[in-house]
Amino acid sequence: MKPNRPVGIVGYGAYVPRYRIAAKEISRVWTDGHGGVPVSAKSVPGPDEDVITMSIEAARNAIKRSDMQASELTAVWIGSESHPYSVKPSGTIVADALGATPFVSSADFEFACKAGSEALTAGMGMVGSGMANYVMAIGADTAQGRPGDALEYTAAAGAAALIVGPAAESLATIEETVSYVTDTPDFFRRADRPYPVHGNRFTGEPAYFMQVRSATQALLQQLGVSPNDITHAVFHQPNARFPQAVAKQLGFSAEQIQTGLLANRIGNTYSAAALLGLTAVFDVAQPGDTILMASYGSGSGSDAYLLRVTDAILARRDRAPKTLRYVEREYFVDYAVYAKWRDKLVMG
Amino acid sequence: MRPVYIAGTGMTAVAEHWTRTALSLARDAAHLALQQSTINRIDGVYVANGSGAPLGLHQNIAPAVAHALDLHGVEAISFESAGAAGGLAIRHAATAVAAGVADAILVVGVEKVSDFLDEHREESMALTSDTDWESLHGVTLTAQWAMLMRKYMHDYAVTPHDFAPFPVNAHANAVANKLALYRFAISADKLAGAGMIADPLSLLDSATMADGAAAVIISATPASAAPPVRISGSGVASAPVALHERTDLLDLSAVRLSSQRALHAAGIPANHIQAFDLHDPHGIAAVLAFEAMGYAARGTGTQLGSSNAIRPDGSVPVALSGGCKARGDLFGALGVYQIAELTAQLRHTAANQVPNCQHAMAQSMAGIANTVVTHILSRD
Amino acid sequence: MEHARMELARHWRHRHARYRLQGSRHTTTGAIAFPPRDGSEWEPTLLSGQGTVVTYTVIHQPPLGHHGEVPYVLAIVALAEGPMITAQLSDCRANEVQIGMPVEMVTRLLGNEGDDGLLLYGYKFRPLLV
Repeated sequence: MKPNRPVGIVGYGAYVPRYRIAAKEISRVWTDGHGGVPVSAKSVPGPDEDVITMSIEAARNAIKRSDMQASELTAVWIGSESHPYSVKPSGTIVADALGATPFVSSADFEFACKAGSEALTAGMGMVGSGMANYVMAIGADTAQGRPGDALEYTAAAGAAALIVGPAAESLATIEETVSYVTDTPDFFRRADRPYPVHGNRFTGEPAYFMQVRSATQALLQQLGVSPNDITHAVFHQPNARFPQAVAKQLGFSAEQIQTGLLANRIGNTYSAAALLGLTAVFDVAQPGDTILMASYGSGSGSDAYLLRVTDAILARRDRAPKTLRYVEREYFVDYAVYAKWRDKLVMG
Repeated sequence: MRPVYIAGTGMTAVAEHWTRTALSLARDAAHLALQQSTINRIDGVYVANGSGAPLGLHQNIAPAVAHALDLHGVEAISFESAGAAGGLAIRHAATAVAAGVADAILVVGVEKVSDFLDEHREESMALTSDTDWESLHGVTLTAQWAMLMRKYMHDYAVTPHDFAPFPVNAHANAVANKLALYRFAISADKLAGAGMIADPLSLLDSATMADGAAAVIISATPASAAPPVRISGSGVASAPVALHERTDLLDLSAVRLSSQRALHAAGIPANHIQAFDLHDPHGIAAVLAFEAMGYAARGTGTQLGSSNAIRPDGSVPVALSGGCKARGDLFGALGVYQIAELTAQLRHTAANQVPNCQHAMAQSMAGIANTVVTHILSRD
Repeated sequence: MEHARMELARHWRHRHARYRLQGSRHTTTGAIAFPPRDGSEWEPTLLSGQGTVVTYTVIHQPPLGHHGEVPYVLAIVALAEGPMITAQLSDCRANEVQIGMPVEMVTRLLGNEGDDGLLLYGYKFRPLLV
């Protein structure tokens, strides 16, 4: 898919909370320290943080890197599976905090970990059709893992904001996108239930790997491009291993995915994950670099994009804190504090 | 305007009166005051109560108190101005009597707070701060005093220990006050290990609110066998409610203005005051009040403690009945307790008697000195 | 069924000041005020969020609704544009706070009106990220 009018990313911003819990601390509680861990640590939102507060900071960072103002945004869309309200879009509060109200569109997106990229694709359509000049697409989550479950080691928190705008004003153009979606129930949460369930190994080959490969291969084929032609690749990262494996399957090298791979230090930030990897790449990419990004959302599906970095990135990317700055800002808490903050203690 | 006398006083003990109601405490104090005087006609009942309305207990308690005292149909007015309620009730009673509108007014201050959980009390007390721009953020009165203390310590290079003489003095004086909440001495080194309420204010430098009632009869004549004691002056002043709206955080401007007005009305200079009862839930509150009134230069107020000037034999004796810290923090009733206690000083019958006391000052406030009431009492 | 107190309009009317530090600028003198002022001589203006800590305290005995946050740091911050503001400090330990420390505004959760009620967002301050 590509719109008639060329579009790109005119501003980008990241946010990761400063708190961390070591995966070994989680296994200390649940397995007495036995067994391996899928990441080294994961980010933990502070007690005064949620999808809305993280989105606000990521979005403010994105606006700083753009040359436009929040009042020019036609839409503010947040994709998440942990919206603070089930009824009342996170976007209404974020749009107000940014100064984008009142002439703005703002509904919440949900597609597990690819809710943010769904907003990105919709933004491409809005801008590409000429209906808007600027759309803010945010992926953000404060993911919850059932205590003691495998997912608890990785369910983390973060936000990434991308402003879609005309290609002429962008830091990176979006050449093309492919969305690949099927009814594949690898991981899901019923309404009104607190924790999701997942199909263990079913979340692997039939789900993550199949959808990510299919979207990426279709994209590369449409563009007549091979992995060798691409500078950076960013994949959805539920843990450290999956993106490395799918990269290998697709023919990407370890070097190509290195910059965008953050999961080992911050865990799986769900709707922010692939987008945060993209922002980390933007922080160091050179004009002319190409970037392949493929998100993944359980349910399931993958959105693949090919981006091309422009000259404009050099002058604008230092206007806001880099993604690595947030990643390296670490304050470790123990399981008790983590459980208290994440509302895992039943208070009666 | 004619002179105004204190014709009778009465106080209940300050305690957690589990079996008593606000009304029954008010009655007890009022009866003691009435018994002490020869007044046989009361023209008005003014009742000061700061906590009842914010805690959702009652509003406009005055008619209930009047009725409980069999003062049927009398003019009954409630003063619900938080910690300034008692002082304001005294002032208005004094003004009415001085103006000839009334000959004798019974002023009662009563608080009944022990029924409520700590966090509910904290929340209701925080109503005296700016709701939308202060208390929303989790501000408490103690937190506000603590912020002033932190700045004071930073600006003038003092430590929490330098404030210790104030609670130590209060407790030492309370030993002789049969009605005090806490009647034991404390030592300065106990302050060092005390638990924090709002850093740097610890449990031992923070007053406790409790229940009690005090009553005072304000009259156009002495109407008592005791030596005549007059309210020789009173003054009220205001300041911005939110601390962040004030230009100089450590200047309690309403304390200064209120005391200047009271002293001017009394026609006496500041250095003639021989006994003080201040709004002193923490050492910092007393220090800032003394500095605002000029009894110590800015930044030197803690020296009034270290030099023992605040002791009963010093130059600025304060908390002679135990202050807010040891007698107890009576919130809206404080202003009435202060008048009752200082009347004993001026009659020379107080437990911690200042030698030959002729003039005394009572001062109470709402919030962090956003309304301050000062009274000067003089012996004829 | 009893609801916790809900004051929807009261919080809604202050949202611009709370979410993005929107204050007022005097049209004649150029003076900046926060909170916002009423009156035709004042126009809305956004404050930068930069400030320094004037004083602070660490609260161990909270009022209602703040029990889960203890201990928290409350401060008076002098904003770069002139006004002072009362707010919590976030993203720092109590023993890291110093009078004179530069801070920046962040929009965070201030609380809620019960399990069913409104989420309250507003300003806090943190040590400079950069």
